[in-house]
Amino acid sequence: MRQADLIVLGAGPAGTEAALAASAAGLDVVLVEEAQAAGGQVWRAPYPGLALPKPDEDATAGAALRDRLVASRVETHFNARAWSVNTLPEGGFRLDAATESGPLSLAAPRLVAATGAVERVIPFPGWTLPGVVGLAAATVMLKAQAVLPGQRVVVAGCGPLLAAVAAKILASGGEVVAVVDRASRAEWLAATRHLATRPRLLARGLGWALRIAGRRVPVLFGHAIHAAEGQDVLEAVQVAPLATDGSFAAAPPRRFMADALCVGDGLVPGAEIPRLLRAPMRFDRTLGGWVPQVDAEGRTSIPGLFAVGDGALLRGQAPAVHAGRLAGLAAAHDAGRSDAAAFAQASAADHAALATLAPFAAAVSRLMALRPGAVRAIAPTTVVCRCEDVTRGMIDAAFEDGAREVNQLKHFTRCGMGPCQGRSCGDVAAEILAARVGSREAAGCWTGRPPLRPVPLADLLGEFDYADIPIPAPAPL
Amino acid sequence: MTETYDLGVIGGGVHGCTAALFAARGGMRVALLERGPLCREASGVNAGTLTLQMTRLALIPYAMRAHAMWAAAPTWLGHDVGVVVCDGLSLAFTDAEAELLRFRATKRREAGAPIALISGREAMAVEPGLTDRALLAGHCKVDGFANAYLTGLAYRRALLKAGVALHENRAVTGLEREDGGFTARTATGPVRFRRVLIAGGVWIERMLRWLGVELPIKVLVNQLVVTERVRPVMRTVVGIANGLLSLKQYPHGTVVVGGGWQGEGDRERGGVALRPERMVGNLRLACHAIPDLRGARMARAWAGLEAETADALPAAGPVPGIPGAFVCGSVHSGYTSGPYIARLMADRILGREPEMPLFPIDRLLAPRHAGTPEAA
Repeated sequence: MRQADLIVLGAGPAGTEAALAASAAGLDVVLVEEAQAAGGQVWRAPYPGLALPKPDEDATAGAALRDRLVASRVETHFNARAWSVNTLPEGGFRLDAATESGPLSLAAPRLVAATGAVERVIPFPGWTLPGVVGLAAATVMLKAQAVLPGQRVVVAGCGPLLAAVAAKILASGGEVVAVVDRASRAEWLAATRHLATRPRLLARGLGWALRIAGRRVPVLFGHAIHAAEGQDVLEAVQVAPLATDGSFAAAPPRRFMADALCVGDGLVPGAEIPRLLRAPMRFDRTLGGWVPQVDAEGRTSIPGLFAVGDGALLRGQAPAVHAGRLAGLAAAHDAGRSDAAAFAQASAADHAALATLAPFAAAVSRLMALRPGAVRAIAPTTVVCRCEDVTRGMIDAAFEDGAREVNQLKHFTRCGMGPCQGRSCGDVAAEILAARVGSREAAGCWTGRPPLRPVPLADLLGEFDYADIPIPAPAPL
Repeated sequence: MTETYDLGVIGGGVHGCTAALFAARGGMRVALLERGPLCREASGVNAGTLTLQMTRLALIPYAMRAHAMWAAAPTWLGHDVGVVVCDGLSLAFTDAEAELLRFRATKRREAGAPIALISGREAMAVEPGLTDRALLAGHCKVDGFANAYLTGLAYRRALLKAGVALHENRAVTGLEREDGGFTARTATGPVRFRRVLIAGGVWIERMLRWLGVELPIKVLVNQLVVTERVRPVMRTVVGIANGLLSLKQYPHGTVVVGGGWQGEGDRERGGVALRPERMVGNLRLACHAIPDLRGARMARAWAGLEAETADALPAAGPVPGIPGAFVCGSVHSGYTSGPYIARLMADRILGREPEMPLFPIDRLLAPRHAGTPEAA
C-alpha cells in the first residue's frame, strides 16, 4: 500500500492543477488517470508517436500542462483504471486501480475527485447505429487520433462543442453537411451578453462560426435530430424544428445524407466518487444534474474528500483550472502546510478568477441544460438504455407496474445494469421517470457502487496461489 | 372509522410478501407496510442462489420444499423470477477442505439433500468450465438460482391481484397494542390490525422492541460482484466446501460472484461500502474455480444485509406472551427457504397446523421474556 498525503483521481485541468498546487505546497501527491497522458477532454494529448499536422491552441496549452507535471514532484499513474475508492476506518481514503504493471493500492488522508463529465445524448430512433458518435467522442478522434468521424458529417446537439467540432472537422478536411443546434437564435442572443465577458473565447467561437459560414454549411438553430437512418450503418439524418419547450414542432423533418453524426446534448457531472462515498448530493439542472454539495474550495461533506471540475460543478475548462488549484491549496492548508493568512493570500487570485468566469460558465451551462420537452418527445419504441435494450416504453411500463425511483426502475427493467452502469442513459431515464413521479428528487439518484469503470477480473487478481486467498472461517453447518 | 385488517405485515421482503400472499388467499384482509419499495433489501439484492449445499442442516427439508416452490413460481406466485434449475457443485481444493466437504455433504445427505461425492475429474464432466484442480466435489441435482432483482416486481403483481392492501414507501415508526389488536404508527396516519406479522429482516430486532421483546439479531453485510455479459463459461452453481463462494452464470450472460465475504455497513446505513481486498479474495476464489472467468469484466459490486439469530436458525413463530403477534425472518439462506417458511407462517396465522414445525423464538429470548404468561 503506497501511503501519500493526497490522492488525485483524474488528470484533466482540475485534477492536474490540484495535484500541482498541492505538490508545490509540500504535499506528497499521487495522480491517477485512465488516459495515457494528462489533459482531460479539452487538452487531450495526441496518442504517442502521432504528430498532429497543425497543433491548435488546446494542443499547445495541453502540452504546457503536461510539461509542468513532468517537472513537478507529483507521482503519476497513467493508463490506470481506478475501480474502488473507500473511506478508511481510521480516516482517509483507499484507492485501488488496475494498471499496466499490476494492481495499485494507495492510501491518503485526502482525496481530490476530478473525474470530469459524461456526455448526454437524448435518444432518437437510430442513435445506436454505427456512424453515430458523441461530440466528445468526435473530439477524441480529432484531437488524439487525428481521425475524421466520417466524410459527410452532421454535427448536432447543444453548447459550444457543436461549433468547435464542426470547425475542427472542416479544418481537418472533412465535410460538414449541417450543424443542428437545439438552442434557438434568441437563446444564443440572450447568452451573448454573458459570453462577451470572455472576449477571447467569444472571438474563438465566432472564428468557428465564420469558418462554418464560410463553407456555407447550413446551421439550423432550434432544431434537433429526429431520426438516424441506415441499414447497418448510418446513411441519412432527419432533422426537425423544435417548439419552445424543446419538443418537436409540428413540421416535417429535413433529410441530410451523411456517413457520420456527431451528437451531444450537454454534459452530466461524473460525480461517481461522491456518490459512491455517500456524500450529500443535490439536483441542479443548470449544473448538469446531481452534484455533490461542496464549499468554495471543493470540500464535500466527507472530511478530506474534495470534488472539483466538471465532475462536481459543470463550469467548463477555465473554471476547472482555478477550482482544481483551490482544492490543491486547500488540501495543503488542511494538512497544516499553510496558515490561514498564507492560504487566503495564495487562493485569492483563483477565487477572483472563478467569480469573473462565473457568468460565462453559467450561460454555457444554461444552453446545455436538459430540456424536459426534449425527453417528453422520445418515442415509446426508442431505446434509452443501449447496453440492455430498454426502450422508453419499457420505462413507462415499469412506472405503471409500480416503479417510483430509479434504482427500483433498474430492478424492473435492467435499465442501467449493463457495462455503462447508467453513466450514459441514467440522466435521461431518470428524467423520464421524474416526469411521472413529479421531480428528479423524487425519482432519486442512482446508487453509486464500484467499480468506477468496468475492469477485467484478470487485472484485479494479481499473481496468487490458492493458499494465498484469505478465506474466512466457514459458516455454521 | 378506518378498516381494521385481519393481519398487518410489517416488512415487504420475501417473508412478509409470501406470508401476506397466502394469508390473503386464505381469506384474510391483509395490509402490508414497507418503508421502501418491495424486496429492495436482502430479498432483491442477494445472490439468488437456490442451493442446498450452503443450507444449514436443520433447514434442508424446508429448503427442498422451497426449491420446489421457486421452480414452480409461475403456478403459485403467478410470475417468473428467472428461476433456473441446474446441477450444483461444492468443491474442495485441499485435503482439509475435502475432509470438511465429506463431513458436511454426508450430514446434508442424511438430512435429505441428494448430494453425491464425486472426484474432481467427474466434476469436470458435470461442469466443463471447471478447473482441473478440485480434489473432490459435492454434486447435487437440486440446485439453481433466481434473478433476485425481479422478486419485488413478481410479488407486487401477485399481492395486488390477491387484494392485499399494499403500502410501499410507508415506514412504521411504532406499534401499539390496542383493543385486542395492534396499531401501527406511520407518518401518514395509523393502520390497525387484529394480528401482526413482523417480517422486517435485520430490522426485526428494533420492531420487536415495540412490543417489549428483546431479540438480538446479528447483521451480516454480504458482498457481491456481477460481471458484464460474457459467452457461456459455466452451466452449474459452483461453491466451495466452507460455503464462502457462490458462483453462477445467468442466461443473459452475466456471472454473479458471492459467498458472504463481509463488506461495511449496518442496520442504520445499509451495506454502504465494499472492502476491495475481500472483493479480490472472493474473485480469486471464483477464477480459481472457473478459470475462463478471468477474461470477464466486473460491471458492479454491491452489498446486502443478512439477518442472523444467536443460533443462526430462523426466528419464525408466535411472539411469546403477545397473542396475535408473529415474527418471521433470520432464515439462513433466507432467499432459498423464505417462501416455504413464510407459507408455513401464513398457515399458522390462519389457524391451520403447518405441515412442518416453525422455529419459535422462545429459545432466543432472555429468561425474563421467554414464555412470560400473558394476562388475558
